[in-house]
Amino acid sequence: MKGFSLSKAWFYLGLLFLYAPMAILIIYSFNSARVVTVWAGFSTKWYGELFGDSQLMSAVWISLRIAFFTACSAVVLGTMAAFVLVRFRPTKWKTAFSSMITAPLVMPDVIIGLSLLLLFVAMADVLGWPKDRGMLTIWIAHVTFCSAYAAVVITSRLREMDLSLEEAAMDLGAPPLKTFMTITLPLLLPALAAAWLLSFTLSIDDLVIASFVSGPGATTLPMEVFSSVRMGISPKVNALATLIILVVSVAAFISWLLVRRAERRRQADLEAIKAAP
Amino acid sequence: MKLRLPPGRRLVMGIPFAWLLLFFVVPFVIVLKISLSENIVGIPPYKPLLEWADDTLKVVVNFSNFIWLSQDSLYFDAYVNSLKVAAISTVLCLLVGYPMAYAIARAKPSSQPALLLLIMLPSWTSFLIRIYAWIGILKNQGLLNQFLMWLGVIQEPLHILNTNTALYIGVVYAYLPFMVLPLYANLSRHDQSLLEAASDLGARGWKAFLTVTLPLSKAGMVAGAMLVFIPVVGEFVIPELLGGPQSLMIGKVLWNEFFSNRDWPVAASLAVVMLGLLCVPIAFFNRQQAKELEGEQ
Repeated sequence: MKGFSLSKAWFYLGLLFLYAPMAILIIYSFNSARVVTVWAGFSTKWYGELFGDSQLMSAVWISLRIAFFTACSAVVLGTMAAFVLVRFRPTKWKTAFSSMITAPLVMPDVIIGLSLLLLFVAMADVLGWPKDRGMLTIWIAHVTFCSAYAAVVITSRLREMDLSLEEAAMDLGAPPLKTFMTITLPLLLPALAAAWLLSFTLSIDDLVIASFVSGPGATTLPMEVFSSVRMGISPKVNALATLIILVVSVAAFISWLLVRRAERRRQADLEAIKAAP
Repeated sequence: MKLRLPPGRRLVMGIPFAWLLLFFVVPFVIVLKISLSENIVGIPPYKPLLEWADDTLKVVVNFSNFIWLSQDSLYFDAYVNSLKVAAISTVLCLLVGYPMAYAIARAKPSSQPALLLLIMLPSWTSFLIRIYAWIGILKNQGLLNQFLMWLGVIQEPLHILNTNTALYIGVVYAYLPFMVLPLYANLSRHDQSLLEAASDLGARGWKAFLTVTLPLSKAGMVAGAMLVFIPVVGEFVIPELLGGPQSLMIGKVLWNEFFSNRDWPVAASLAVVMLGLLCVPIAFFNRQQAKELEGEQ
């Protein structure tokens, strides 16, 4: 079919469009010149400068910590939300809940950021809490929108899951919590891992919402990068970008391998069950 | 309230429900409240809506922010421009993304997850850094101009950075995966026997595509369009870094109103109007998602 080869060629062009800017960043992170677009020889000095920049490194540390706690909390909330969406009877509470959980997926960042900041200010005014804005308020804001993404990822897995295993466990006398811990949770694990990784990257990547809800005490990595980009381009940012791309690619590759292996094992188990007399 | 759920189930629903209510719904009520109050110098920089003075409760509702928005053409232009940029970007993403999604859906089933991963991978690395990469490519002495001059296509460097062209490149680049993903999900579920039937009846190639595949993928196109259109309306980073003075967008205006002018009530009213504009598409998206999420019950 002619249309098929055409779309294939277009697909590779699209990949070129997606990857060329990142490839250029990586190549120029090893450029010894200060000017980003002039090649003046190979050098790793920007990596040295990057690790010597204590302000940038402290921003990295703050972002990593927020992203870790955000991802853990978002997976817990997202799992609960997914159970509500898949396993609960339709009621008007559930309808309200499902539109509330999907709204953060599309809501523009500036609106989420502004509205949460105004909430925190109002709460500080009325309740005296939170006293100052920083890591805690960024964490709350990130959990709110990451839960929505986590819920979507976990929902799609939960919907495919076979209920009969859980029913069998219950029939054999396992209480609901034990069934959840020994049957449901292990089956759900790949989706939970995917949701965790997604929440982690969303949190570590967010500039707009964090800028609104952070105080003077907490500057995240995107905020630091944004201000340095606005001041003028520094090759240090290229080095940082290269490291981020490297870490993400390795993590994505490992998770892809794990998912593929789990999938193959599941297939093999199914075959074995079918083959058994 | 009539909730006949066992206590465990009530907790499972109650915790995320309470979280979203407190940190997603209540904030919008507060935005609405502050959009109706007056800007003052102080902390926080707005007047309270309810005032308790001389044993009387006074409710001071102030529409001056909205009147201010309607009088200054800057805001109106920013809204119109945001909607225009979002609409054009959505169409561009659809044009670029549809053939890509189609190619993945028609690839060998065993290689589809890997191809999808290739599309998703860039969106997992920092959004800000990927937009920043385009500055180095698009500026006057940038790589694109150097390359084109080396080819001899142009004599003078093209002025691309800080124009609408750069803005569209950046937006399509950043939002392409959000278009490809729902389209792929839709296209890969299509029943191939329909195409065979069409082929038996004489519709092949383009004709089969236009009469069978394209109409069947409507839901995927709508989902992708929503995922691109709605966030782009409020986009801040791309117009700030790649766009020029003529690409004024509402997200950028809101940011400036809040951080530079420190006028919280005007920023809140901008957000209220933006939300009003996005109400219909967001409600539409939510309905589609809800249908999708509950589809198989």
